[in-house]
Amino acid sequence: MSIMKAEALSVNFDDKMVLKDLSLAIEEGKIISILGPNGSGKSTLLNVLSRNIKPNKGIVYLDGQNLAQLSGKRLAQQMAVLPQSPQAPSDLTVRDLVEFGRFPHQSWWRGKSEQDEVCVSWALTQTGLTQMADRVVSTLSGGERQRVWIAMALAQKPEILLLDEPTTYLDICHQLEIMELLAAFNHEHKLTVVMVLHDINHAARYSDYVAVLQQGQIFAAGKPADVITEHTLREVFRVESEISFDSSGKPMVMIRGLTSKN
Amino acid sequence: MLNKKIFSCRGTRDRSEWRAFILVIFLLLALGGIALSLSVGALSISLNEIITAIFSDTPGANRQVIWNIRLPRTLVGALVGVNLSLAGAILQGVMKNPLADPHIIGVSSGAGLAGVSIMVLFPHKEYLVTPFAFFGAMLAAIFIYILAWKGGIRPVRIILAGVAVSAFLNSAISALLVFYSDRVHGALMWMVGGLSARSWPHLDIILPYTIIGGILAILGARRLNILNLGDEIARGLGLNVEVSRIALTAVAALMAASAVSVVGLLGFVGLIVPHAARLLVGSDYRYLLPASALLGVAVVTLSDTLARVAFAPIEIPVGIIMAFVGAPFFLYLLRRDA
Repeated sequence: MSIMKAEALSVNFDDKMVLKDLSLAIEEGKIISILGPNGSGKSTLLNVLSRNIKPNKGIVYLDGQNLAQLSGKRLAQQMAVLPQSPQAPSDLTVRDLVEFGRFPHQSWWRGKSEQDEVCVSWALTQTGLTQMADRVVSTLSGGERQRVWIAMALAQKPEILLLDEPTTYLDICHQLEIMELLAAFNHEHKLTVVMVLHDINHAARYSDYVAVLQQGQIFAAGKPADVITEHTLREVFRVESEISFDSSGKPMVMIRGLTSKN
Repeated sequence: MLNKKIFSCRGTRDRSEWRAFILVIFLLLALGGIALSLSVGALSISLNEIITAIFSDTPGANRQVIWNIRLPRTLVGALVGVNLSLAGAILQGVMKNPLADPHIIGVSSGAGLAGVSIMVLFPHKEYLVTPFAFFGAMLAAIFIYILAWKGGIRPVRIILAGVAVSAFLNSAISALLVFYSDRVHGALMWMVGGLSARSWPHLDIILPYTIIGGILAILGARRLNILNLGDEIARGLGLNVEVSRIALTAVAALMAASAVSVVGLLGFVGLIVPHAARLLVGSDYRYLLPASALLGVAVVTLSDTLARVAFAPIEIPVGIIMAFVGAPFFLYLLRRDA
Protein backbone atom coordinates (compact mmCIF):
# COMPACT_ATOMS: atom_id res chain seq x y z
CA MET A 1 0.00 0.00 0.00
CA SER A 2 1.35 3.41 -0.80
CA ILE A 3 1.60 5.95 2.00
CA MET A 4 2.44 8.77 -0.35
CA LYS A 5 1.54 9.44 -3.91
CA ALA A 6 2.66 12.21 -6.22
CA GLU A 7 0.56 12.74 -9.33
CA ALA A 8 1.68 14.63 -12.41
CA LEU A 9 3.96 17.10 -10.62
CA SER A 10 5.35 20.02 -12.58
CA VAL A 11 7.56 22.71 -11.11
CA ASN A 12 8.93 25.76 -12.94
CA PHE A 13 11.54 28.13 -11.60
CA ASP A 14 10.91 31.21 -13.72
CA ASP A 15 11.04 29.73 -17.24
CA LYS A 16 12.96 26.61 -16.39
CA MET A 17 11.02 23.35 -16.02
CA VAL A 18 12.54 21.57 -13.04
CA LEU A 19 10.00 18.77 -12.73
CA LYS A 20 7.96 17.63 -15.73
CA ASP A 21 4.74 15.71 -15.22
CA LEU A 22 6.34 13.44 -12.64
CA SER A 23 4.35 10.74 -10.82
CA LEU A 24 5.60 8.57 -8.00
CA ALA A 25 4.08 6.20 -5.44
CA ILE A 26 5.86 5.51 -2.16
CA GLU A 27 5.11 2.23 -0.48
CA GLU A 28 4.51 2.20 3.24
CA GLY A 29 7.32 0.92 5.46
CA LYS A 30 9.98 0.91 2.75
CA ILE A 31 13.18 2.83 2.10
CA ILE A 32 13.07 4.79 -1.13
CA SER A 33 16.09 6.59 -2.55
CA ILE A 34 15.98 9.30 -5.17
CA LEU A 35 19.07 9.39 -7.38
CA GLY A 36 20.11 11.62 -10.22
CA PRO A 37 22.84 13.93 -11.44
CA ASN A 38 23.11 17.55 -10.30
CA GLY A 39 20.20 19.61 -11.58
CA SER A 40 18.00 16.59 -12.30
CA GLY A 41 15.36 17.90 -9.88
CA LYS A 42 15.81 15.39 -7.04
CA SER A 43 16.01 17.99 -4.27
CA THR A 44 13.08 19.84 -5.80
CA LEU A 45 11.07 16.63 -5.79
CA LEU A 46 11.85 16.11 -2.11
CA ASN A 47 10.90 19.72 -1.40
CA VAL A 48 7.55 19.21 -3.11
CA LEU A 49 6.93 15.98 -1.19
CA SER A 50 7.71 17.81 2.07
CA ARG A 51 5.53 20.79 1.02
CA ASN A 52 8.49 23.13 1.17
CA ILE A 53 7.77 24.05 -2.46
CA LYS A 54 4.32 24.28 -4.00
CA PRO A 55 4.18 22.50 -7.36
CA ASN A 56 2.85 24.51 -10.31
CA LYS A 57 0.82 21.48 -11.29
CA GLY A 58 -0.01 18.16 -9.71
CA ILE A 59 -1.07 16.86 -6.33
CA VAL A 60 0.71 15.03 -3.54
CA TYR A 61 -1.33 12.68 -1.34
CA LEU A 62 -0.24 11.58 2.12
CA ASP A 63 -2.34 8.74 3.55
CA GLY A 64 -4.92 9.59 0.92
CA GLN A 65 -5.20 13.25 2.01
CA ASN A 66 -4.24 16.11 -0.25
CA LEU A 67 -0.96 17.44 1.16
CA ALA A 68 -1.86 21.03 0.30
CA GLN A 69 -4.95 20.88 2.53
CA LEU A 70 -3.31 19.59 5.71
CA SER A 71 -2.49 22.04 8.50
CA GLY A 72 1.21 22.51 9.21
CA LYS A 73 0.99 20.79 12.59
CA ARG A 74 -1.11 17.92 11.32
CA LEU A 75 1.42 17.33 8.56
CA ALA A 76 4.37 17.54 10.97
CA GLN A 77 2.77 14.89 13.16
CA GLN A 78 2.83 12.47 10.23
CA MET A 79 5.93 13.54 8.37
CA ALA A 80 9.39 14.63 9.49
CA VAL A 81 11.79 16.44 7.16
CA LEU A 82 15.54 16.86 7.37
CA PRO A 83 17.02 19.38 4.92
CA GLN A 84 20.60 19.28 3.72
CA SER A 85 23.10 20.45 6.38
CA PRO A 86 20.74 22.21 8.79
CA GLN A 87 22.16 24.85 11.16
CA ALA A 88 21.30 25.30 14.83
CA PRO A 89 22.13 28.15 17.20
CA SER A 90 25.51 27.18 18.62
CA ASP A 91 24.58 27.14 22.30
CA LEU A 92 21.72 24.62 22.28
CA THR A 93 22.14 21.26 23.95
CA VAL A 94 21.32 17.96 22.28
CA ARG A 95 18.23 17.66 24.46
CA ASP A 96 17.07 21.22 23.60
CA LEU A 97 17.23 20.39 19.93
CA VAL A 98 15.51 17.01 20.21
CA GLU A 99 12.74 18.61 22.26
CA PHE A 100 11.91 20.86 19.31
CA GLY A 101 10.74 17.70 17.59
CA ARG A 102 7.75 17.72 19.94
CA PHE A 103 6.63 21.16 18.71
CA PRO A 104 3.93 19.81 16.37
CA HIS A 105 2.39 17.90 19.28
CA GLN A 106 2.25 20.93 21.57
CA SER A 107 -0.22 23.78 21.60
CA TRP A 108 0.69 27.40 22.14
CA TRP A 109 -0.76 27.62 25.61
CA ARG A 110 0.70 24.35 26.85
CA GLY A 111 4.32 23.43 27.38
CA LYS A 112 5.93 20.00 27.71
CA SER A 113 3.75 17.02 28.58
CA GLU A 114 4.78 13.67 30.03
CA GLN A 115 4.28 12.16 26.58
CA ASP A 116 6.79 14.67 25.20
CA GLU A 117 9.38 13.66 27.81
CA VAL A 118 8.88 9.99 26.95
CA CYS A 119 9.29 10.61 23.22
CA VAL A 120 12.42 12.72 23.70
CA SER A 121 14.19 10.13 25.85
CA TRP A 122 13.07 7.42 23.46
CA ALA A 123 14.55 9.32 20.49
CA LEU A 124 17.78 9.94 22.42
CA THR A 125 18.09 6.25 23.34
CA GLN A 126 17.36 5.05 19.83
CA THR A 127 20.08 7.26 18.34
CA GLY A 128 22.60 6.45 21.09
CA LEU A 129 22.68 10.06 22.30
CA THR A 130 21.50 9.62 25.89
CA GLN A 131 25.04 10.04 27.25
CA MET A 132 25.49 13.25 25.26
CA ALA A 133 22.08 14.75 25.99
CA ASP A 134 23.51 17.66 27.95
CA ARG A 135 26.34 18.41 25.53
CA VAL A 136 26.19 21.58 23.46
CA VAL A 137 25.53 20.79 19.80
CA SER A 138 28.46 22.91 18.56
CA THR A 139 30.91 20.64 20.45
CA LEU A 140 29.76 17.51 18.57
CA SER A 141 31.32 15.96 15.48
CA GLY A 142 29.53 16.08 12.13
CA GLY A 143 28.27 12.53 12.46
CA GLU A 144 27.00 13.07 15.99
CA ARG A 145 25.29 16.26 14.94
CA GLN A 146 23.49 14.51 12.11
CA ARG A 147 22.31 11.90 14.62
CA VAL A 148 20.89 14.72 16.76
CA TRP A 149 18.87 16.03 13.83
CA ILE A 150 17.61 12.53 13.13
CA ALA A 151 16.70 12.18 16.82
CA MET A 152 14.72 15.42 16.54
CA ALA A 153 12.86 14.06 13.54
CA LEU A 154 12.17 10.79 15.37
CA ALA A 155 10.83 12.67 18.41
CA GLN A 156 8.14 13.93 16.05
CA LYS A 157 6.95 10.30 15.87
CA PRO A 158 6.38 10.49 12.14
CA GLU A 159 5.11 7.77 9.84
CA ILE A 160 7.39 8.97 7.09
CA LEU A 161 10.82 10.60 7.17
CA LEU A 162 12.19 12.68 4.30
CA LEU A 163 15.94 13.40 4.13
CA ASP A 164 17.97 15.43 1.67
CA GLU A 165 21.47 13.93 1.32
CA PRO A 166 21.79 12.91 4.98
CA THR A 167 25.39 11.75 4.58
CA THR A 168 26.94 14.78 2.85
CA TYR A 169 30.09 16.06 4.57
CA LEU A 170 30.46 12.87 6.65
CA ASP A 171 33.37 10.44 6.51
CA ILE A 172 32.67 6.91 5.32
CA CYS A 173 32.27 5.44 8.80
CA HIS A 174 29.72 8.05 9.84
CA GLN A 175 27.96 7.75 6.49
CA LEU A 176 27.39 4.05 7.13
CA GLU A 177 26.41 4.76 10.73
CA ILE A 178 23.64 7.07 9.54
CA MET A 179 22.47 4.60 6.88
CA GLU A 180 22.45 1.72 9.38
CA LEU A 181 20.50 3.86 11.84
CA LEU A 182 17.85 4.65 9.24
CA ALA A 183 17.71 1.02 8.10
CA ALA A 184 17.28 -0.18 11.68
CA PHE A 185 14.50 2.29 12.22
CA ASN A 186 12.77 1.31 9.07
CA HIS A 187 13.05 -2.33 10.06
CA GLU A 188 11.95 -2.07 13.70
CA HIS A 189 9.33 0.65 13.52
CA LYS A 190 8.13 0.33 9.93
CA LEU A 191 9.14 3.97 9.37
CA THR A 192 8.91 4.92 5.71
CA VAL A 193 12.13 6.64 4.62
CA VAL A 194 12.46 8.75 1.49
CA MET A 195 15.86 10.24 0.82
CA VAL A 196 17.89 11.95 -1.82
CA LEU A 197 21.30 10.30 -2.08
CA HIS A 198 24.43 10.99 -4.07
CA ASP A 199 26.14 7.69 -3.37
CA ILE A 200 24.70 5.10 -5.73
CA ASN A 201 26.13 2.18 -3.74
CA HIS A 202 24.48 3.38 -0.55
CA ALA A 203 21.20 3.61 -2.39
CA ALA A 204 21.67 0.14 -3.85
CA ARG A 205 22.53 -1.39 -0.51
CA TYR A 206 19.96 0.22 1.77
CA SER A 207 16.93 0.96 -0.40
CA ASP A 208 13.93 -1.20 -1.18
CA TYR A 209 13.17 1.01 -4.15
CA VAL A 210 15.17 3.49 -6.18
CA ALA A 211 13.94 6.27 -8.45
CA VAL A 212 16.45 7.74 -10.91
CA LEU A 213 15.70 11.25 -12.13
CA GLN A 214 16.87 12.83 -15.34
CA GLN A 215 15.94 16.36 -16.34
CA GLY A 216 12.91 16.50 -14.11
CA GLN A 217 11.48 13.15 -15.13
CA ILE A 218 11.79 9.63 -13.82
CA PHE A 219 14.22 7.74 -15.97
CA ALA A 220 13.72 4.46 -14.14
CA ALA A 221 12.14 3.35 -10.86
CA GLY A 222 11.96 0.02 -9.10
CA LYS A 223 14.10 -2.45 -7.16
CA PRO A 224 17.79 -1.48 -7.06
CA ALA A 225 18.84 -4.54 -9.06
CA ASP A 226 16.45 -3.61 -11.86
CA VAL A 227 17.18 0.10 -11.93
CA ILE A 228 20.88 0.43 -11.19
CA THR A 229 22.31 -0.93 -14.41
CA GLU A 230 25.20 -0.12 -16.68
CA HIS A 231 22.65 1.31 -19.08
CA THR A 232 21.18 3.70 -16.48
CA LEU A 233 24.61 4.86 -15.39
CA ARG A 234 25.64 5.55 -18.95
CA GLU A 235 22.44 7.31 -19.99
CA VAL A 236 21.82 9.34 -16.83
CA PHE A 237 25.18 9.86 -15.16
CA ARG A 238 27.38 9.67 -18.30
CA VAL A 239 29.75 7.16 -16.73
CA GLU A 240 30.90 3.69 -17.75
CA SER A 241 30.54 1.11 -15.01
CA GLU A 242 30.71 -2.51 -14.08
CA ILE A 243 28.01 -3.95 -11.86
CA SER A 244 28.41 -6.99 -9.67
CA PHE A 245 26.07 -8.42 -7.04
CA ASP A 246 26.74 -9.15 -3.38
CA SER A 247 25.58 -12.29 -1.58
CA SER A 248 22.13 -10.81 -0.93
CA GLY A 249 21.72 -9.95 -4.60
CA LYS A 250 22.19 -6.19 -4.20
CA PRO A 251 24.02 -4.47 -7.03
CA MET A 252 27.46 -2.97 -6.40
CA VAL A 253 28.68 -0.36 -8.83
CA MET A 254 32.26 0.15 -9.87
CA ILE A 255 32.80 3.24 -12.00
CA ARG A 256 35.32 2.73 -14.79
CA GLY A 257 35.35 6.20 -16.26
CA LEU A 258 33.47 8.87 -18.17
CA THR A 259 31.38 7.88 -21.15
CA SER A 260 33.06 9.28 -24.21
CA LYS A 261 30.92 11.88 -25.96
CA ASN A 262 30.02 11.11 -29.55
CA MET B 1 33.05 34.96 35.43
CA LEU B 2 30.63 36.31 32.85
CA ASN B 3 31.93 34.10 30.11
CA LYS B 4 29.96 32.53 27.33
CA LYS B 5 32.28 29.54 27.33
CA ILE B 6 31.33 28.81 30.88
CA PHE B 7 27.72 29.15 29.85
CA SER B 8 27.90 26.96 26.79
CA CYS B 9 29.95 24.05 28.14
CA ARG B 10 28.00 23.41 31.29
CA GLY B 11 25.56 20.61 31.88
CA THR B 12 21.83 21.23 31.79
CA ARG B 13 21.50 21.66 35.53
CA ASP B 14 24.35 24.14 35.76
CA ARG B 15 22.93 25.97 32.79
CA SER B 16 19.53 26.50 34.31
CA GLU B 17 21.15 27.63 37.55
CA TRP B 18 23.35 30.01 35.58
CA ARG B 19 20.38 31.42 33.68
CA ALA B 20 18.40 31.89 36.89
CA PHE B 21 21.43 33.62 38.42
CA ILE B 22 21.75 36.02 35.48
CA LEU B 23 18.01 36.74 35.49
CA VAL B 24 18.17 37.59 39.20
CA ILE B 25 21.17 39.87 38.57
CA PHE B 26 19.29 41.61 35.75
CA LEU B 27 16.22 41.98 37.97
CA LEU B 28 18.33 43.56 40.71
CA LEU B 29 19.97 45.87 38.15
CA ALA B 30 16.55 46.91 36.87
CA LEU B 31 15.21 47.58 40.37
CA GLY B 32 18.46 49.35 41.27
CA GLY B 33 18.22 51.51 38.17
CA ILE B 34 14.65 52.50 38.98
CA ALA B 35 15.53 53.26 42.62
CA LEU B 36 18.58 55.29 41.64
CA SER B 37 16.65 57.22 39.04
CA LEU B 38 14.02 58.12 41.66
CA SER B 39 16.54 59.06 44.29
CA VAL B 40 19.24 61.02 42.47
CA GLY B 41 18.89 64.51 41.07
CA ALA B 42 18.88 68.18 41.99
CA LEU B 43 17.06 67.12 45.15
CA SER B 44 18.50 63.98 46.67
CA ILE B 45 15.82 61.73 48.17
CA SER B 46 16.50 58.63 50.24
CA LEU B 47 14.88 55.27 49.56
CA ASN B 48 12.69 55.57 52.67
CA GLU B 49 11.54 59.01 51.65
CA ILE B 50 10.74 57.72 48.17
CA ILE B 51 8.54 54.98 49.58
CA THR B 52 6.82 57.41 51.92
CA ALA B 53 6.29 59.87 49.10
CA ILE B 54 4.75 57.24 46.83
CA PHE B 55 2.53 55.40 49.26
CA SER B 56 1.33 58.06 51.69
CA ASP B 57 -0.18 61.37 50.75
CA THR B 58 1.67 63.67 53.11
CA PRO B 59 2.22 66.75 50.98
CA GLY B 60 5.74 68.11 50.64
CA ALA B 61 8.57 68.83 48.24
CA ASN B 62 9.60 65.17 48.07
CA ARG B 63 6.17 64.05 47.08
CA GLN B 64 5.95 66.80 44.49
CA VAL B 65 9.26 65.86 42.91
CA ILE B 66 8.72 62.10 43.05
CA TRP B 67 5.09 61.99 42.05
CA ASN B 68 5.05 64.70 39.40
CA ILE B 69 8.49 64.42 37.87
CA ARG B 70 10.71 61.48 38.71
CA LEU B 71 8.27 58.59 39.01
CA PRO B 72 6.54 59.09 35.63
CA ARG B 73 9.83 59.85 33.92
CA THR B 74 11.49 56.77 35.40
CA LEU B 75 8.55 54.56 34.48
CA VAL B 76 8.48 55.90 30.92
CA GLY B 77 12.20 55.15 30.70
CA ALA B 78 11.71 51.64 32.08
CA LEU B 79 8.91 50.84 29.61
CA VAL B 80 10.88 52.31 26.72
CA GLY B 81 13.73 50.02 27.74
CA VAL B 82 11.40 47.01 27.76
CA ASN B 83 9.80 47.87 24.41
CA LEU B 84 12.97 48.58 22.48
CA SER B 85 14.87 45.62 23.92
CA LEU B 86 12.05 43.17 23.23
CA ALA B 87 11.55 44.59 19.75
CA GLY B 88 15.26 44.17 19.02
CA ALA B 89 15.39 40.64 20.44
CA ILE B 90 12.35 39.62 18.39
CA LEU B 91 13.68 41.17 15.18
CA GLN B 92 17.11 39.56 15.56
CA GLY B 93 15.33 36.21 15.76
CA VAL B 94 12.83 36.83 13.00
CA MET B 95 15.43 38.19 10.56
CA LYS B 96 18.11 35.74 11.69
CA ASN B 97 20.47 38.66 11.51
CA PRO B 98 22.54 39.99 14.40
CA LEU B 99 22.32 43.55 13.08
CA ALA B 100 18.53 43.61 13.00
CA ASP B 101 16.97 46.19 15.31
CA PRO B 102 13.98 48.56 15.23
CA HIS B 103 15.90 50.75 12.74
CA ILE B 104 15.97 48.02 10.18
CA ILE B 105 12.19 47.87 9.72
CA GLY B 106 11.99 51.62 9.23
CA VAL B 107 10.46 52.43 12.61
CA SER B 108 13.07 55.04 13.46
CA SER B 109 13.27 56.79 10.12
CA GLY B 110 9.47 56.78 9.73
CA ALA B 111 8.95 58.20 13.21
CA GLY B 112 11.85 60.57 12.60
CA LEU B 113 10.48 62.10 9.43
CA ALA B 114 6.96 62.44 10.82
CA GLY B 115 8.16 63.87 14.12
CA VAL B 116 10.69 66.28 12.63
CA SER B 117 8.13 67.46 10.06
CA ILE B 118 5.77 68.50 12.83
CA MET B 119 8.54 70.12 14.83
CA VAL B 120 9.92 72.29 12.05
CA LEU B 121 6.79 72.90 9.98
CA PHE B 122 4.24 73.30 12.78
CA PRO B 123 6.34 74.13 15.85
CA HIS B 124 3.29 75.40 17.75
CA LYS B 125 1.62 72.00 17.45
CA GLU B 126 4.10 69.92 19.41
CA TYR B 127 1.34 67.75 20.87
CA LEU B 128 1.03 66.18 17.40
CA VAL B 129 4.60 64.87 17.44
CA THR B 130 3.85 61.67 19.32
CA PRO B 131 0.80 60.46 17.34
CA PHE B 132 2.38 61.46 14.02
CA ALA B 133 5.66 59.79 14.88
CA PHE B 134 3.76 56.62 15.80
CA PHE B 135 1.89 56.55 12.50
CA GLY B 136 5.04 57.46 10.59
CA ALA B 137 6.84 54.53 12.19
CA MET B 138 4.07 52.07 11.39
CA LEU B 139 3.66 53.38 7.85
CA ALA B 140 7.36 52.99 7.14
CA ALA B 141 7.36 49.46 8.57
CA ILE B 142 4.32 48.42 6.51
CA PHE B 143 5.80 50.03 3.41
CA ILE B 144 9.05 48.11 3.82
CA TYR B 145 7.10 44.89 4.27
CA ILE B 146 5.13 45.49 1.08
CA LEU B 147 8.32 46.26 -0.83
CA ALA B 148 9.98 43.11 0.48
CA TRP B 149 6.99 40.90 -0.35
CA LYS B 150 7.49 38.66 -3.34
CA GLY B 151 5.49 35.49 -2.91
CA GLY B 152 6.67 35.41 0.68
CA ILE B 153 9.00 37.29 2.97
CA ARG B 154 12.72 36.74 2.97
CA PRO B 155 14.63 38.40 5.80
CA VAL B 156 17.37 39.59 3.46
CA ARG B 157 14.84 41.43 1.30
CA ILE B 158 13.36 43.14 4.37
CA ILE B 159 16.78 44.27 5.49
CA LEU B 160 17.69 45.62 2.05
CA ALA B 161 14.32 47.31 1.61
CA GLY B 162 14.69 48.70 5.15
CA VAL B 163 18.11 50.15 4.43
CA ALA B 164 16.87 51.77 1.20
CA VAL B 165 13.68 53.23 2.68
CA SER B 166 15.51 54.47 5.78
CA ALA B 167 18.15 56.17 3.66
CA PHE B 168 15.39 57.87 1.66
CA LEU B 169 13.49 59.05 4.74
CA ASN B 170 16.64 60.17 6.49
CA SER B 171 17.66 62.33 3.56
CA ALA B 172 14.20 63.89 3.72
CA ILE B 173 14.82 64.64 7.41
CA SER B 174 18.18 66.20 6.54
CA ALA B 175 16.53 68.32 3.83
CA LEU B 176 13.96 69.59 6.33
CA LEU B 177 16.69 70.48 8.79
CA VAL B 178 18.65 72.35 6.13
CA PHE B 179 15.63 74.36 5.01
CA TYR B 180 14.56 75.21 8.57
CA SER B 181 17.98 75.50 10.16
CA ASP B 182 16.64 77.97 12.74
CA ARG B 183 14.43 75.29 14.24
CA VAL B 184 16.96 72.47 14.30
CA HIS B 185 17.64 72.41 18.02
CA GLY B 186 14.41 70.81 19.24
CA ALA B 187 14.40 68.35 16.37
CA LEU B 188 17.97 67.38 17.05
CA MET B 189 17.29 66.67 20.72
CA TRP B 190 14.35 64.51 19.74
CA MET B 191 16.32 62.61 17.13
CA VAL B 192 18.92 61.63 19.68
CA GLY B 193 16.21 60.54 22.09
CA GLY B 194 15.65 61.79 25.58
CA LEU B 195 13.37 61.46 28.58
CA SER B 196 13.36 65.10 29.60
CA ALA B 197 9.88 66.34 30.59
CA ARG B 198 8.28 62.96 29.98
CA SER B 199 5.33 62.43 32.28
CA TRP B 200 2.13 60.51 32.98
CA PRO B 201 0.42 61.09 29.60
CA HIS B 202 3.46 59.57 27.88
CA LEU B 203 3.28 56.59 30.20
CA ASP B 204 -0.35 56.07 29.19
CA ILE B 205 0.71 55.94 25.56
CA ILE B 206 3.40 53.29 26.01
CA LEU B 207 1.92 51.11 28.73
CA PRO B 208 -0.70 49.24 26.65
CA TYR B 209 1.92 48.34 24.05
CA THR B 210 4.32 47.13 26.71
CA ILE B 211 1.68 44.91 28.31
CA ILE B 212 0.14 43.48 25.16
CA GLY B 213 3.43 43.32 23.25
CA GLY B 214 5.19 41.74 26.21
CA ILE B 215 2.54 39.03 26.53
CA LEU B 216 2.57 38.31 22.80
CA ALA B 217 6.37 38.20 22.78
CA ILE B 218 6.49 35.66 25.62
CA LEU B 219 3.82 33.57 23.87
CA GLY B 220 5.91 33.75 20.71
CA ALA B 221 9.13 32.63 22.43
CA ARG B 222 8.88 29.01 21.32
CA ARG B 223 8.09 30.08 17.77
CA LEU B 224 11.18 32.28 17.76
CA ASN B 225 13.21 29.29 18.93
CA ILE B 226 11.83 27.21 16.07
CA LEU B 227 12.40 30.01 13.51
CA ASN B 228 16.05 30.09 14.59
CA LEU B 229 16.50 26.55 13.29
CA GLY B 230 16.02 27.81 9.73
CA ASP B 231 12.95 28.04 7.53
CA GLU B 232 13.08 24.48 6.24
CA ILE B 233 13.34 22.85 9.66
CA ALA B 234 10.71 25.25 11.04
CA ARG B 235 8.30 24.31 8.26
CA GLY B 236 9.08 20.63 8.79
CA LEU B 237 8.08 21.05 12.43
CA GLY B 238 4.73 22.45 11.36
CA LEU B 239 5.36 26.13 12.00
CA ASN B 240 3.70 28.54 9.59
CA VAL B 241 6.90 30.43 8.89
CA GLU B 242 5.39 33.32 6.91
CA VAL B 243 2.57 34.03 9.34
CA SER B 244 4.84 33.77 12.39
CA ARG B 245 7.37 36.10 10.82
CA ILE B 246 4.78 38.75 9.95
CA ALA B 247 3.00 38.53 13.30
CA LEU B 248 6.21 38.76 15.33
CA THR B 249 7.52 41.64 13.22
CA ALA B 250 4.23 43.46 13.76
CA VAL B 251 4.54 43.02 17.53
CA ALA B 252 8.11 44.36 17.40
CA ALA B 253 7.08 47.28 15.18
CA LEU B 254 4.23 48.33 17.52
CA MET B 255 6.42 48.12 20.62
CA ALA B 256 9.26 50.07 19.02
CA ALA B 257 6.95 52.64 17.42
CA SER B 258 5.21 53.42 20.72
CA ALA B 259 8.57 53.88 22.44
CA VAL B 260 10.20 55.93 19.71
CA SER B 261 7.20 58.20 19.26
CA VAL B 262 7.37 59.18 22.94
CA VAL B 263 11.10 59.57 23.58
CA GLY B 264 12.55 60.13 20.13
CA LEU B 265 14.94 58.02 18.14
CA LEU B 266 16.67 56.10 20.88
CA GLY B 267 18.70 53.79 18.70
CA PHE B 268 21.12 51.92 20.81
CA VAL B 269 18.95 49.90 23.21
CA GLY B 270 17.21 47.73 20.63
CA LEU B 271 20.44 46.57 19.07
CA ILE B 272 22.82 46.06 21.94
CA VAL B 273 20.70 45.06 24.92
CA PRO B 274 19.45 41.84 23.25
CA HIS B 275 23.01 41.03 22.20
CA ALA B 276 24.39 41.50 25.69
CA ALA B 277 21.54 39.40 27.09
CA ARG B 278 22.18 36.69 24.50
CA LEU B 279 25.87 36.52 25.38
CA LEU B 280 24.94 35.85 28.99
CA VAL B 281 21.79 33.68 28.93
CA GLY B 282 22.13 32.07 25.50
CA SER B 283 19.77 32.06 22.54
CA ASP B 284 16.77 30.24 24.05
CA TYR B 285 14.04 32.88 23.71
CA ARG B 286 12.18 31.68 26.79
CA TYR B 287 15.07 33.16 28.80
CA LEU B 288 16.38 35.69 26.32
CA LEU B 289 13.14 37.74 26.21
CA PRO B 290 12.76 38.30 29.97
CA ALA B 291 16.52 38.89 30.25
CA SER B 292 16.42 41.51 27.48
CA ALA B 293 13.41 43.25 29.01
CA LEU B 294 15.05 43.49 32.45
CA LEU B 295 18.40 44.58 31.06
CA GLY B 296 16.59 47.16 28.92
CA VAL B 297 14.98 48.65 32.03
CA ALA B 298 18.34 48.76 33.81
CA VAL B 299 20.20 50.33 30.89
CA VAL B 300 17.66 53.09 30.20
CA THR B 301 17.01 54.06 33.82
CA LEU B 302 20.70 54.06 34.76
CA SER B 303 21.68 55.99 31.64
CA ASP B 304 18.95 58.54 32.22
CA THR B 305 20.10 59.03 35.79
CA LEU B 306 23.61 59.63 34.51
CA ALA B 307 22.26 61.98 31.82
CA ARG B 308 20.61 64.12 34.48
CA VAL B 309 23.46 64.11 36.95
CA ALA B 310 26.70 64.05 34.96
CA PHE B 311 26.67 67.66 33.77
CA ALA B 312 24.02 69.06 36.13
CA PRO B 313 22.31 71.41 35.82
CA ILE B 314 22.61 70.77 32.08
CA GLU B 315 20.83 67.62 31.04
CA ILE B 316 22.14 65.62 28.10
CA PRO B 317 19.84 63.39 26.03
CA VAL B 318 19.92 59.84 27.33
CA GLY B 319 20.61 58.51 23.82
CA ILE B 320 24.07 60.08 23.88
CA ILE B 321 24.92 58.56 27.27
CA MET B 322 23.81 55.13 26.17
CA ALA B 323 25.87 55.16 23.03
CA PHE B 324 28.94 56.45 24.87
CA VAL B 325 28.80 53.97 27.72
CA GLY B 326 27.10 51.07 26.00
CA ALA B 327 29.06 50.77 22.79
CA PRO B 328 32.44 50.23 24.50
CA PHE B 329 30.83 47.78 26.93
CA PHE B 330 29.40 45.86 24.02
CA LEU B 331 32.77 45.76 22.29
CA TYR B 332 34.27 44.49 25.54
CA LEU B 333 31.72 41.64 25.64
CA LEU B 334 32.48 40.86 22.03
CA ARG B 335 36.25 40.78 22.46
CA ARG B 336 36.40 38.70 25.62
CA ASP B 337 34.35 36.07 23.87
CA ALA B 338 36.70 35.64 20.94
